[in-house]
Amino acid sequence: MDILIIGLLLGATYCLMALGLTLQYGVARIMNLAAGEWIVVGGFAAYWSVALQAINPMWGFVIAVPAAFVLNWLIYRGLLMPLIRRAKTRGALEVDSILATFGMSFVAVGLMRAAFGGEFFNYSFWAEPIDLFGSAYGKNRLAAAAVAVLLCAALYVALLKTRVGMAMRALAIDPSSARLVSIDVEKLSALAFAAGGAVAAAGGVVLSTFLTLDASVGVLFTMKALIIVIMGGVGNLRGAIVAALLLGLAESAIASLVDPGLTLAGAYLLFVLVLLFKPEGLFGVRR
Amino acid sequence: MNRRRALSLASLAFSVCVPLAAAQAETIKIGAVAPKTGPLAGGAAVTQWPSIKLWVSDVNGRGGLTMKDGSKRKIELIEYDDRTNPGETIKAVERLATQDKADFIVAPYGTGLNLASAPVFAKYGYPQIAVSAITDKTKELAKRYPSMFFTLGTTTAFAQSVADILKKMVADGTIGNRVAMVNVADAFGIELAEAARPIFKAAGLEIVYDKSYPLGTQDLAPVVKGAKAAKPDAFVAWSYPPDTFGLTELAKIEGLNVKAFYTAVATCFPAYGGKFGQSAENVLGAGGIDVDSAEMKGYYERHKQVTGVAGDYWAGPVTYASLQVLAQAIEAVGSVDRKAVTAHIKQGSFKTVLGNWKFNNQVIDQFWTVGQWQNGKFVGVASTGKSGAKAVRVKTGW
Repeated sequence: MDILIIGLLLGATYCLMALGLTLQYGVARIMNLAAGEWIVVGGFAAYWSVALQAINPMWGFVIAVPAAFVLNWLIYRGLLMPLIRRAKTRGALEVDSILATFGMSFVAVGLMRAAFGGEFFNYSFWAEPIDLFGSAYGKNRLAAAAVAVLLCAALYVALLKTRVGMAMRALAIDPSSARLVSIDVEKLSALAFAAGGAVAAAGGVVLSTFLTLDASVGVLFTMKALIIVIMGGVGNLRGAIVAALLLGLAESAIASLVDPGLTLAGAYLLFVLVLLFKPEGLFGVRR
Repeated sequence: MNRRRALSLASLAFSVCVPLAAAQAETIKIGAVAPKTGPLAGGAAVTQWPSIKLWVSDVNGRGGLTMKDGSKRKIELIEYDDRTNPGETIKAVERLATQDKADFIVAPYGTGLNLASAPVFAKYGYPQIAVSAITDKTKELAKRYPSMFFTLGTTTAFAQSVADILKKMVADGTIGNRVAMVNVADAFGIELAEAARPIFKAAGLEIVYDKSYPLGTQDLAPVVKGAKAAKPDAFVAWSYPPDTFGLTELAKIEGLNVKAFYTAVATCFPAYGGKFGQSAENVLGAGGIDVDSAEMKGYYERHKQVTGVAGDYWAGPVTYASLQVLAQAIEAVGSVDRKAVTAHIKQGSFKTVLGNWKFNNQVIDQFWTVGQWQNGKFVGVASTGKSGAKAVRVKTGW
């Protein structure tokens, strides 16, 4: 039971890291290596609320989410659009966007360092135990899991039940044909990219309640998100969620039953196995 | 560009250039390379960079360093970010030596980065007063690099002090002898865990849980649950900053109520006391300081004033002391002759914020090993021959 709950909580944590990138890579086609930095931005906003304004860290949502949305929209319009316009194939765009966003991640780290300094930042929020099935779990972790579920549900509904969502799914499957049914690809991609940034920032707010962050920690989140997105199948929300939970469960099982030292090895083994037997990802479509 | 803008630019350029040109003739160039980004950046931002900043401000505040001819020379600091990458550290040291022609270079941050750049320091004849470098190989390294110095301590001494404290608590009947030990799977944690196993055994302690976890693990709950299930009397973690925070929070949540709780690096950071508040009381950790000494009181006041952040209770003051050694050696020699300065560091004795320092074969033998949060401060409770140690307190719940 312990293993299951710890695994699900960890899976939810991973979900928060990966959801943003799913939208950005899946729909907007940008392999955003600066995705993790937006998680840190969310964390900073929460920390700023607690430590400097002495208000509830959840105000971080109010600050970071809209800011991340607008900034990501501007980044897409201003910096990534030229790459997309000149890219002849999807492969070329992927290489260009990887290089460009890699550079952006350095700029982002530098800006955050200048703004907040390089120290670790963390605070205590809801760091109290809750009993579940006779075992104690952190309240903040459960809250994070709840937020992850809410975010997933909201995105799920948005993608499956709304018109914009349907257009986004069409875009994820085939951008060139999407044009034929009068979908404004550029506008919609910008929207997806901006939404991805906002979701990442929202995740960061929650993650900062129990993780210790610093200005340059974002790359760790990007790596985890990359693994999850690729494992789940590019652009597939359901795939990313399942992959995140699977990864969380696998790590907690290995840590509890075998050795905590082998969790990373286990996670990568799972990743390799998925790629070997289903190279397009768990829910990916073979192209 | 209109005329007014051109004029203001020109005057700006003038105002920037003039003091530079005036200062250039008489400064001492000090290079500094340490992480500003990457995995060690958070630690360096607490212990390394503020200490350097404070030292430069202190020295320049009193007009600079006095040379042989009685003139005073201020310090000009050149900083580089090595991105926690040993290759970058080496490149930056090379650059400081050959391009910037730095007179002296502050030792880098972290054991790995110090060792990686040691050959370059040696090649260009720069004294390297290493602080954030803990290893059992200090004697061999000092022999191989005649201008390298060690100040913070050795792996064995750190493990030994923890064992001594626990042994005494067992002898006093405060705790049983069951110890849960975990370590981060990184050079520092592995080396300390390996050193600790035989030492703990010799001290009559039984290690009932002994696991490692990868650097950057996001959920340490299985580790803490596993440790708790082993029913330990004491918990020892050879941990790094992010996991030090994570382990403590989870121990509190899981109710790991041991009477001796030890986490290694970052326990001495003000942020630790800040995050855990009352719960941090009586937590043991690596480092410590004699907070009651007059020098240290003044140090913390100036630290807050100059850098805007609170100073840490371990490597920060040691870094500052290592720079005091450099300054006093330069003044004693009266010039920036690196050979003479290095020779003086080896022989001389120095007045630092941590008391008198004298290197024994390039190594400082007296250092703090274990500290404990007592009344909102992280005080030294064990050392190798330092005075001012407080008595160890028993942890009574969170």
